[in-house]
Amino acid sequence: MTAAVLALMALGLSLVFGVMRVVNVAHGEFFMLGAVTAWAISHFVPGHPAVGFAAAFVGAPLVVGAVALGAERLVLRRLGHDPEATIVATIGLLFILQQLALTFFGPDARPVQAPFTYRVVFPWFGYSGYKLFVVAAAVALLVGAWFVLTRTKLGLVMRATQFDRETAQAFGIPVDTVYAAVFAVGAMLAAVAAVLIVPIQQAHYLMGLDPLLLSFIVVIIGGLGSLKGTMVAAVVIGLSDGVISVFFTPTLAKILGTLLVALVLVVKPGGLYGTAPR
Amino acid sequence: MLEVSGIDCFYGDVQVLRGLSLSLKTGEVLCLMGRNGAGKTTALKAIMGLVRARAGRIVLDGVDIGHLPAHEVPRQGIGYVPQGRRLFSELTVRENLLIGQMTRKTGPAALERAVHLFPVLKERMEQRSGTLSGGEQQMLAMARALCLEPKVLLLDEPTEGLMPSMIAAIRQSVIELKRHDVATILVEQRVDAVLPVADRVAFVENGTVRDTLPVEAVRADHGLIDRYVGVGH
Ligand SMILES: Nc1ncnc2c1ncn2[C@@H]1O[C@H](COP(=O)(O)OP(=O)(O)OP(=O)(O)O)[C@@H](O)[C@H]1O
Ligand SMILES: [Mg+2]
Repeated sequence: MTAAVLALMALGLSLVFGVMRVVNVAHGEFFMLGAVTAWAISHFVPGHPAVGFAAAFVGAPLVVGAVALGAERLVLRRLGHDPEATIVATIGLLFILQQLALTFFGPDARPVQAPFTYRVVFPWFGYSGYKLFVVAAAVALLVGAWFVLTRTKLGLVMRATQFDRETAQAFGIPVDTVYAAVFAVGAMLAAVAAVLIVPIQQAHYLMGLDPLLLSFIVVIIGGLGSLKGTMVAAVVIGLSDGVISVFFTPTLAKILGTLLVALVLVVKPGGLYGTAPR
Repeated sequence: MLEVSGIDCFYGDVQVLRGLSLSLKTGEVLCLMGRNGAGKTTALKAIMGLVRARAGRIVLDGVDIGHLPAHEVPRQGIGYVPQGRRLFSELTVRENLLIGQMTRKTGPAALERAVHLFPVLKERMEQRSGTLSGGEQQMLAMARALCLEPKVLLLDEPTEGLMPSMIAAIRQSVIELKRHDVATILVEQRVDAVLPVADRVAFVENGTVRDTLPVEAVRADHGLIDRYVGVGH
């Protein structure tokens, strides 16, 4: 998984945890749902693959965002966003989404065509051309997210809610709306990551598990709820996972990642950029 | 202008407020006194909608604010300075003030006026608010509430842990606000901090207001304070 795409995915997880204190175990399933929806949209939109891809790029995050809004409304809010209860609830959500995908999408992996595979004369160059686009798009989205969080009123409202929910309310911040929006945006980040990845790696109903694990590794190493830490860790983990997977084995990469998590937790329990719990 | 009548509040199944009533006129300073755990903080939270009243009414200038969602209450013009300040400690001084300013979209002039009242904040606008001294933090908590240009200000033990000069500064700002017709509910344990600014004193005991007296009556009868707040105050 490309580091930049992993960063998008992990940012979604980190945002939801940071602001809502909800550990979203179903985050990988939002990723999967994004990929599957992208397949469906590009499959049914006629014409050039680029048209289908563009439709999926807009449509899949919207669909996934809507599903997330529903889940927040019907489940998380009723649990009062309790940190422990929501872990169990999102595990449930994980299985529900997975089984729904199996039922309606089937057990096969299905490809989505890259928007500009056809345009490039050399297949090998075309492949890396798309990868470059993926990195550029992911970086643009990350910069956009960083800008919104640190430089806009919306970001200020989100950070205030993160630090003190009750006081935020006492200053006119509609906390429930902020929570719903954050959860939807977190899911949409996973969906965007999926749309970008799905021309490289096919859509499959079990594809959410690996990125979920990697995202957790990234978020824990970077520091829970720390945007900067998430991005730095995503690049480190994404690159090293890729390199180790190519030159050794993917399993070794996951083992090393997990060991790194253990090491960070021992040496710096709050993560590289996190504030250690007082 | 603010009328609280007969509110009952619970934390879970535990009843904390029992038919608490109080009223506040424009530009008036009402002091709430009472022992630890009497329910003073809960009364302010109920007004803010942060704790729901299961019975009774809370009316501000004819608007029943008791049934508004919590985030709508401050937009009616109530500024809240919580006990323990509750700053957004990871945010800068300016960002804390901006949040106050955004509550009612009061604009930069409101922020300027609030800072003008507490000039120490001026040089520290970009500092992380968690790194301010205790006194500066209290000033910021006050200024943040003033940024929404409140009609009513709720102050929960603003002098807690402050040295006398800081207490004097807080007191001065309450007097200044009173001059601008801001009504204040001041929760306070320290008699010396209260009596110079209060118009009336409401004694809270066991979740209800036992007695509301003009400040002169309280000044004349120190036995009252001993009875409701405890000897030694
Ligand atoms: N979040 C809460 N959950 C459960 N009980 C609470 C909660 N907050 C306060 N209480 C209880 O409600 C009662 C009233 O508390 P409150 O904070 O209103 O008192 P107070 O008069 O402000 O006291 P103090 O002078 O110590 O600030 C206390 O018995 C307290 O233990
Ligand atoms: Mg209190």
